[in-house]
Amino acid sequence: MRDVAIVGIGQTPVREHWDRGLRDLAVEAVLAAMDDAHVRRADALYVGNMLSGTLSFQEHVGALIAEYAGLEGIEAVKVEAACGSAAAALRQAVLAVQSGQVEVAIAVGVEKLTELASKCTTNALAMAADADYEAVMGLSFVAINALLMRRYMYEYGVSKEDFAAFTVNAHANARHNPFAMFHTPVTREQYAAAKMIADPINLLDSSPVSDGAAAVVIVPAERAREFSDKPVRVAACEVGTDTVALDNRANPLWLKGVERSARRAYRRAGVEPQDIGVFEVHDAFSIMAALSLEASGLAEPGTAVRLANEGAITPTGQFPIATMGGLKGRGHPVGATGLYQVVECVLHLRDEVPDAVRVEGVQYAMAQNIGGSGATVITTLLERLIT
Amino acid sequence: MDIPRNWRLRDQRYRLQGTRCASCGAHHFPPRPVCPRCRGRHVEPYRFTGRGRVYSYTVVYQAPEGFEQYVPYVVALVDLEEGVRVTAQLTDVDPEEVAIGMPVEMVLRKLGEEGERGLILYGYKFRPRIGDPKGEAESD
Ligand SMILES: [Zn+2]
Repeated sequence: MRDVAIVGIGQTPVREHWDRGLRDLAVEAVLAAMDDAHVRRADALYVGNMLSGTLSFQEHVGALIAEYAGLEGIEAVKVEAACGSAAAALRQAVLAVQSGQVEVAIAVGVEKLTELASKCTTNALAMAADADYEAVMGLSFVAINALLMRRYMYEYGVSKEDFAAFTVNAHANARHNPFAMFHTPVTREQYAAAKMIADPINLLDSSPVSDGAAAVVIVPAERAREFSDKPVRVAACEVGTDTVALDNRANPLWLKGVERSARRAYRRAGVEPQDIGVFEVHDAFSIMAALSLEASGLAEPGTAVRLANEGAITPTGQFPIATMGGLKGRGHPVGATGLYQVVECVLHLRDEVPDAVRVEGVQYAMAQNIGGSGATVITTLLERLIT
Repeated sequence: MDIPRNWRLRDQRYRLQGTRCASCGAHHFPPRPVCPRCRGRHVEPYRFTGRGRVYSYTVVYQAPEGFEQYVPYVVALVDLEEGVRVTAQLTDVDPEEVAIGMPVEMVLRKLGEEGERGLILYGYKFRPRIGDPKGEAESD
């Protein structure tokens, strides 16, 4: 199998894009990535998306986006894995180019969540859970994460207020990212006073409902310099799964899908957790950031919240996370999120991030995209090629 | 909520019926064609006793569509005595009184309804085991 590299990136700002539809957002990101890679054509397009059918009443978005991006005729297909859809699409692009079947592949993640009333969006997002045994009980996606957070607090003796460290860091970093949804810092006091959604999860634990699209261009590594002066190697892009329903896991506080995906990625890339300079974590809720750090091997079980409060997660800490705002600060357009994370990792490895969030000496950056409460996890390790 | 789907799930919703693996004895809820423990395919129906304890819970203030009129309500993960965990609402209890480890038992209740002329959906919820000597003895 041949090595592959990312030679182009594109992203739209994450916003409530009332004036823009799903296809516009996707096309903007695809064209930006193609311009960045100086390509006019591609051989295949993989579209990560969760809810086009439910919220935009539009399926078949693979061919649709290819057509409107001026790529009519190429192989194009949608990939769906709930909030993990974008990285799942990236995985397909990587496999296609690695195999030699495809020379230039584009992966784009796109989501349009603000098309209908917010109730519809809440219900649609709950489709990531088990419809027959979770959603039917009145369990929103927020509530599922609240079940995890309550048990974490109980088992490890952590207080609700301690989780503020994740939100404070995410918002502090998002200020420097022009593509982020939020540019205002959040204090611990604001966190403690935020409105409760599903106790113990409040508004400031939760990533915002938003729209956006992000894309990358993948080519064989040996040809990368034809397209870019700053190619980034895809050292691994590995998928792990777990039960869809939270209640079917023996220990819900240990995200086996994360462990499986991260271990496969470390093995494929030949790295250890401590080699990772930047970790774009799937902090859809602050509890998910904590559980991901632990199951990825960066923190011992039950210690992530304490480490976060000691400053380990800031750009100057031991393992910086959410450096461009994370899902909390940049925003979480669900089926696009995984590629926002990858684009941000590429920016680090190209030394193109703002000084305020720059991390010294990053050789490997890791993006981890999670579908549902951990049923599908894709861990991508990117490696610096330029020196 | 479509009618065939809810009719199909009646044994689960009304009777808390899952499966038991004939090879290794593991219990499953929901019912499964393949045992996750031993991968055996010889499973038989099993009706759970409905007795268990709260593993975790949340009090929902912002509800999904169709549940708005019930807020605040409690959804819990309940550890059944057969060693299986299920997700269900707690009922007949003040949200303030819910605690991890609390003994609970299954009851059949209304889960929701689809407007005035729509389907009324029934299924399992759990309530505290009050005055249950076994429950108190276990709860030390
Ligand atoms: Zn078995």
